[in-house]
Amino acid sequence: MAINLKVNGQTHSVEAPPDTPLLWVLRDDLDMTGTKFGCGVASCGACTVHVDGIAMRSCVTALEDVAGAEVTTIEGVSGPAAQAVQKAWRALDVVQCGYCQSGQIMSAVTLLAETPNPTNADIDAAMAGNACRCATYQRIRAAIHHAAGILEG
Amino acid sequence: MTHHTTRRSFLKGAAAAGAMLVVGTDPRGAFAAGPATAEINPFVRIAPDGTVHVVIKHFEMGQGTTTGLSTLVAEELDADWETLTVDFAPGDSSRYANLFFGSQGTGGSTAIANSFMQYRQAGAAAREVLVQAAAESWGVSPAEITIVKGRLLHGGKSAHFGEMIAKAATLTPSEKPAVKEPSAFRLIGVDGLPRKDSASKTDGSALFAIDVKLPGMVTAVILRAPRFGARLTGFDATEAAGISGYLDAKALPNGAGVAVYGGSTWAAIRAREAITAEWDFSAAENRSTQELIAYHQGLLDQPAYQVREGGDFSQTGQALAAADRVIEADLIFPHLAHAPMEPLNCVIEPTEAGVRFHDGCQFPGITQPVIAQVLGLPVEAVEVTTVYAGGSFGRRATPSADYQTEAASAFDLMGRQTPVKLVWTREDDIRGGYYRPMAAHRAKIGIKDGKISGWDHRIAVKSILKGTPFESVLVHGGVDEVSVEGIKDTHYAIPALAVGLTDAETEVTALWWRAVGHTHTAYAFETLMDMAAEAAGADPVAFRRALLAGGSADQQRLLGVLDLAAKKAGWGGSDKSMGVALHKSFNSYVAQIAEVSVQEGGAIKIERVTCAVDCGVAVNPDVIRAQMEGGIGFGLGAVMRNRITLTEGKVDQSNFPDYEPLRITDMPVIDVHIVPSTAAPTGVGEPGTPPAGPALANAIYAATGKRVTRLPMTESGITFV
Repeated sequence: MAINLKVNGQTHSVEAPPDTPLLWVLRDDLDMTGTKFGCGVASCGACTVHVDGIAMRSCVTALEDVAGAEVTTIEGVSGPAAQAVQKAWRALDVVQCGYCQSGQIMSAVTLLAETPNPTNADIDAAMAGNACRCATYQRIRAAIHHAAGILEG
Repeated sequence: MTHHTTRRSFLKGAAAAGAMLVVGTDPRGAFAAGPATAEINPFVRIAPDGTVHVVIKHFEMGQGTTTGLSTLVAEELDADWETLTVDFAPGDSSRYANLFFGSQGTGGSTAIANSFMQYRQAGAAAREVLVQAAAESWGVSPAEITIVKGRLLHGGKSAHFGEMIAKAATLTPSEKPAVKEPSAFRLIGVDGLPRKDSASKTDGSALFAIDVKLPGMVTAVILRAPRFGARLTGFDATEAAGISGYLDAKALPNGAGVAVYGGSTWAAIRAREAITAEWDFSAAENRSTQELIAYHQGLLDQPAYQVREGGDFSQTGQALAAADRVIEADLIFPHLAHAPMEPLNCVIEPTEAGVRFHDGCQFPGITQPVIAQVLGLPVEAVEVTTVYAGGSFGRRATPSADYQTEAASAFDLMGRQTPVKLVWTREDDIRGGYYRPMAAHRAKIGIKDGKISGWDHRIAVKSILKGTPFESVLVHGGVDEVSVEGIKDTHYAIPALAVGLTDAETEVTALWWRAVGHTHTAYAFETLMDMAAEAAGADPVAFRRALLAGGSADQQRLLGVLDLAAKKAGWGGSDKSMGVALHKSFNSYVAQIAEVSVQEGGAIKIERVTCAVDCGVAVNPDVIRAQMEGGIGFGLGAVMRNRITLTEGKVDQSNFPDYEPLRITDMPVIDVHIVPSTAAPTGVGEPGTPPAGPALANAIYAATGKRVTRLPMTESGITFV
């Protein structure tokens, strides 16, 4: 049974069991590999995408539950907050191995959409579910502040 | 994904690689430079549009090697940093060996250290022929030509490198092209040089092995034994038949498990859950962690090896007998998983002559011969295309090429025609062994007249290197050097220091884990040093300083970082709870001062870590700071709460919820200071990790009076906020 899935503004007809995690649909069926597999149990945040603007862990989100929703991935994320976050990430050279950073960026974008000027405590609360084994956390904090500054203009 | 290079022009002369004519052995290899790109030497390629491609012989796991090696070439070539492109080298130890290993591989924090002159000379060789070509084209003296940001300049004349490659192809650089004087550096040591991998790692386009997809590819996961050393005796895949996308299941030839194939990753994972297997546990590790701890501690009574020249347990015993006071401590270190963010995986596909791997490959120099043997192919028929690795911390570098071997077996069982992607799940990773081995330490330290008068130190740990190709290099007289590194070779002037070692025997597979033996030796030695300082009534920094007064170069550099960290942290000048640790590893010197506070309910908050590092010439200061930040975080997270435990041989943990990584909420402020140096560059990927744990432990003691000798700290009753 085909399910219609809208990702980054484009609708795709996906032939997969309805309970297939969105993560694997994105990666294996749609070849959008920027969203990463880290744990499969919503514990590391590497698979974070936006569903109707809300950060979700795609590894535990069933395909059937997002039919008709607007899914946004790292490949398609756009707007002032996304641009500011990506610019800040590059300006501060946040990345090391880079594997978790798609998820970090997706979480940071929703944080800034809700809280344009976050404190360190706001950042820690919003980003606690995104693990980084390279421990780039100090730069993630700094980059989110930097991005908030860019958005303020 | 790969580009065919339809025509290449090869330039003679590669001073750094022995002045060879480079032959294109890998027409579909990792180079994405496009047609007509000139391979000036194995490390520098120049495209017709003038873009400089630096060929990176090391893999990038986040440590910054693409940026570092590129900096060395760009410095000598005065290349334009913005347009400079990095290409991973193909697997080829004849051209791309780690000069410290003799074969291609990354590890031991050696990438910059072994490449420093090689990549500079490669850049200088390229510069020489390009300048000569321009000089001949313009009829001027080479000495009058300058290069600014990748443009050759003379008077009003200007050309980019691409305009000179045809002529440069006819020229031969000198055997040893002159490299710049350090005073002329404009990139090496300069802050603000952006990483080469930032852009692609922030828009989802960076390619990791798990992202590779080939036509007709299937995905395999392995059903592995629930205990280390068990053998497969049978399996039943009947229930898997109903799983959408399930393809097949086959027993691995070595009895280690069942390869389960799916048309997608999810199909393979689901199908594996439906398969039952039977195992022979007769040769397996069936003990529990408590038994293993008791076993390791039992090995401390009679060390198999006395590892320190001049050390002698009976003399040390006499010194202890004559001491005013003897401190005794037992320390326990758990098994630790590396848990890189990208679970292990690789893709193997058939080629005309053999196979090609797409892999975040840490040791092509091991993978190629091991896989050649597994598949009965000549070594040159095993190609390796290296892509980004989502972390490693040592895990991607097994002497047995463990996961590549699994992939090769899975590929072989499918008939060698179908590309196979092998994927480990997080559960496979946490339960899959190749851990930092469990270790037990026992020390008796004599204090007399306010000084150390003798130190009896014993270690029991499984050897990482015995039985591997590294044994001949790093095991001496039965002593695995990495079991005792950091203590055997301490630069503290400690009288009557005797160090004993016994190898623990267990089926639990052991592997280097970021900083290897230093992960336990630094913790043991530096917490014991604080206990000794306290017993002697001395300040911990002053006590260490006094043991480093001998004036050797090592001692002076250790003092340099110790003093710098103490000054920057405000040591001794505040009422904050601080702990210090100092350690040399991978030829770099690191001092750290951790500051903690005690929160409601006695929970510890790690406020700040001040770090001073002396790693010789700081090629990329910001990458060094990043490695210290990350190395410290990695060390802190592990000592705080990470451990792999066994119950009757089965691993108790399975995923991040019970092997909880350091989170942003745990991360202290980290303040890194680099000691200016003109010495040859040394490691930075690992040396930040060893002092982090003991600095934290010593700060916790300062704050609470609790000595943590059993790790992780949460197992010793410490809680964190």
